[in-house]
Amino acid sequence: MSVVTVQLGQCGNQVGQELFDVLCSDAQEGQRKSYRAASCERFFHQTAHGELEARAVLVDMEPKVINHSLAKAARSGRWRYGETSHFSQKQGAGNNWANGYCVLGPRHREAVEELVRREVERCDRLAGLMPIMSVAGGTGSGVGTYTTQCLRDIYPTSFILNHLTWPYGTGEVIVQNYNSVLTLAHLYQLSDSILVHENDTVHRVCGQLLNIKQISFGDVNRVIAHQLGGVLQPALTPDSHGAHSRNPLGELVAALACHPEYKLLSVCSVPQMPSSSIAYSTFSWPGLLRPLRQMLISNAKMEEGQFSIDWQVRPPAESGRSKCLPGSGVNTSLANLLVLRGKDVYSAETGGFEEPSIYTPWLSPDEAFTVWKSPVPFDKYEKSATLVSNSQALLRSLDDIVRKAWNMFASRAYIHQYAKFGISEEDFLDSFTHLEQVVSSYSQL
Amino acid sequence: ILTSLNRQAVLVDMEEGVVSEILQGPLREVFDSTQLLTDVSGSGNNWAVGHMTYGSTYRELIVDKLRKAAEHCDCLQCFFLIHSMGGGTGSGLGTRVLRLLEDEFPDVRRIVASMYPSAEDDVITSPYNSVLAMKELTEHADCVLPVENQSLMDIVNKIKLLSHAPKPGLMVKRDSTLASGQGGLCGAEKPFDAMNNIVANLLLNITSSARFEGSLNMDLNEISTNLVPFPRLHYLVPSLTPLYTLADVNVPSRRLDQMFSDAFSKDHQLIRADPKHSLYLACALMLRGNVQVSDLRRNIERLRSSLPFVSWNQEGWKTGLCSVPPVGHSHSLLALANNTCVKLTFTELRKRFTKLYRKKAHLHHYLHVEGMEEDVFSEAISSLSSLIEEYHHLDATKARLVPDAPRLNIAR
Repeated sequence: MSVVTVQLGQCGNQVGQELFDVLCSDAQEGQRKSYRAASCERFFHQTAHGELEARAVLVDMEPKVINHSLAKAARSGRWRYGETSHFSQKQGAGNNWANGYCVLGPRHREAVEELVRREVERCDRLAGLMPIMSVAGGTGSGVGTYTTQCLRDIYPTSFILNHLTWPYGTGEVIVQNYNSVLTLAHLYQLSDSILVHENDTVHRVCGQLLNIKQISFGDVNRVIAHQLGGVLQPALTPDSHGAHSRNPLGELVAALACHPEYKLLSVCSVPQMPSSSIAYSTFSWPGLLRPLRQMLISNAKMEEGQFSIDWQVRPPAESGRSKCLPGSGVNTSLANLLVLRGKDVYSAETGGFEEPSIYTPWLSPDEAFTVWKSPVPFDKYEKSATLVSNSQALLRSLDDIVRKAWNMFASRAYIHQYAKFGISEEDFLDSFTHLEQVVSSYSQL
Repeated sequence: ILTSLNRQAVLVDMEEGVVSEILQGPLREVFDSTQLLTDVSGSGNNWAVGHMTYGSTYRELIVDKLRKAAEHCDCLQCFFLIHSMGGGTGSGLGTRVLRLLEDEFPDVRRIVASMYPSAEDDVITSPYNSVLAMKELTEHADCVLPVENQSLMDIVNKIKLLSHAPKPGLMVKRDSTLASGQGGLCGAEKPFDAMNNIVANLLLNITSSARFEGSLNMDLNEISTNLVPFPRLHYLVPSLTPLYTLADVNVPSRRLDQMFSDAFSKDHQLIRADPKHSLYLACALMLRGNVQVSDLRRNIERLRSSLPFVSWNQEGWKTGLCSVPPVGHSHSLLALANNTCVKLTFTELRKRFTKLYRKKAHLHHYLHVEGMEEDVFSEAISSLSSLIEEYHHLDATKARLVPDAPRLNIAR
């Protein structure tokens, strides 16, 4: 079963290119033929000459990034994008969600739909669609939301998993919070699950764990690609009966997003270290899973720029559960998916993730926790674990986005820029209302 | 080689001298006669002559030339209008052209680089011309980049000082690769060439991310979306670093972080103003060269505490990273600040205007022009006053601690 990826805007096209790079090199390195075959089937189309073409559509409102990604892929020598699988215009969306959603999306709807249709038809069976985009700009966010809406209309029974990159808290784009609010509110009604990476968090992985001195967007995107790859590469799931899952997106959604009010998923991977150190390190499953679990429940965010795990945080005793914004330290989960890859994977002990105290009470840990396994080492790590969580981990960031956007809206700053393209104050209010609901739901977990 | 570069430009002047010179210079093959519009007698430093007289006479011809130029474009992203405020043609006819652009191409952004006269300007009526033009800019431009001649002069002098200073390791190349004329610093340089070159660099840097690749592109429409929170408040203070002009001056390149600090120093601004002591509404940083996102983040963190931002835009930074640096440099930074400090520039301008207007000095030259009435003056000064008031109103919020707006209450 195959996944069709739609790369939207600069971020989407940059992240997407890194993702396919990781998927391809990991697949080709894998000694297990079935793993390689499954991965290639899932993400690539094999041409008559045996070349691998990514099952991807590239969309942007200006040409430079797409051209760069096409060239970079071709240079790898291992895979490329389809020659006609891209669509671009000459000038961007101006960081304006309204321009992307109300004007550019509809204007280019047919062209984009046609490209997606072609990719979908090349799949024997469609596992689902994955739009990749940022929420801060105009194309990824606006055109991306509109495109997701169209895909939902055309493929009502397919799984749609949106991958979003949230911007740095201290501005990349001044109106990023408006664009984020509008995107998230709309996607919540269209998407099956929303997988989120935050630039701030990934930046710290690059600095503290990978020891990169002058961190570039390329570095950030490669970490995102690595973590995403850890989720999406073939694995054996509880439902797959000893073979690689043929329904990865469906199973992910079923494991994690069982309730329409809870769709935000965060990702965390261990280990993350400079490639030069990997050869000198030994990994044990307890050594990886214990800190991973602690990061989950303490919501290891970095205070003062230090990526540290707070081992003092303990999940509350049954009676001591209190409902409030994290800051009290404990991150309550709705559901978790742990993907283990590598040596001795069947002996890994995951009981720590099944304790009822780390979950909201209205789901049993049985239903809340799922494990996928693959004995094939992923992306050069002898053992690695990726945790996809539907929890309060993103709540603080989401709340910040809404708060800042609301403050800006209260003074009506920049509203005329959106009104110009057809988004009114009413539309803003609807989106704010929707997101306050999401914030409230997660706070109540 | 130059013949393959056909500039998308229209050159307008009501006297022939300047345009003729361009056509005889090294860029003569870049322009062709269909792009030019000239007359003979000039506008006599009179905004009304430029705006009304020539504006009417040449309206159709201008629209025609603009349409032809626009048709040559694959995709018309925006118009750059470059003019001065103090004279008659640039100021008067220039703002008339601005209106035409809005009428004929309403969906295309208009970015205006305006040369503001300094207090010591030798054109007596420059305050009149400037204030009359201001109303047009406030109402019909999307963004204005005000530039003051005095600031340009200060910058040029600073560069001369740097290059003449007997510092070890400092080399000045005699042959210029960027020149519009022969010879470097001591060559046959026209007085305004160096100053104009700085403005040219401003425009080069603004368009760099649209022309070249980078890890975080920033095109011209994004400037408007991010830096203009309210339609009329669209005056952006430009500052450039490093500073360089016609000659290839090999100043040892500053540390990257120093470059960020420089961009917020008064020496690098293109108008005389004090943004650090006023209020930032928004700020854009456009970087070129080997600058990565971590360099950007580190410097924003470092600088933000010393820069007062308005309460609803505390993280009001718009950033762009373009991989290609300017010729001869490893990196550069252009900052565009929407800051209430422009209020003082405008207040000064109003003072100079009032000094003349009170005595009705030279007014008859304007009122004699067909289509011109005293109303036009009073409306212009009124527009300027209310603009100053809007900035003042925002400034007043600076000292106040503004709490977060109360959030929506969701029914359970």
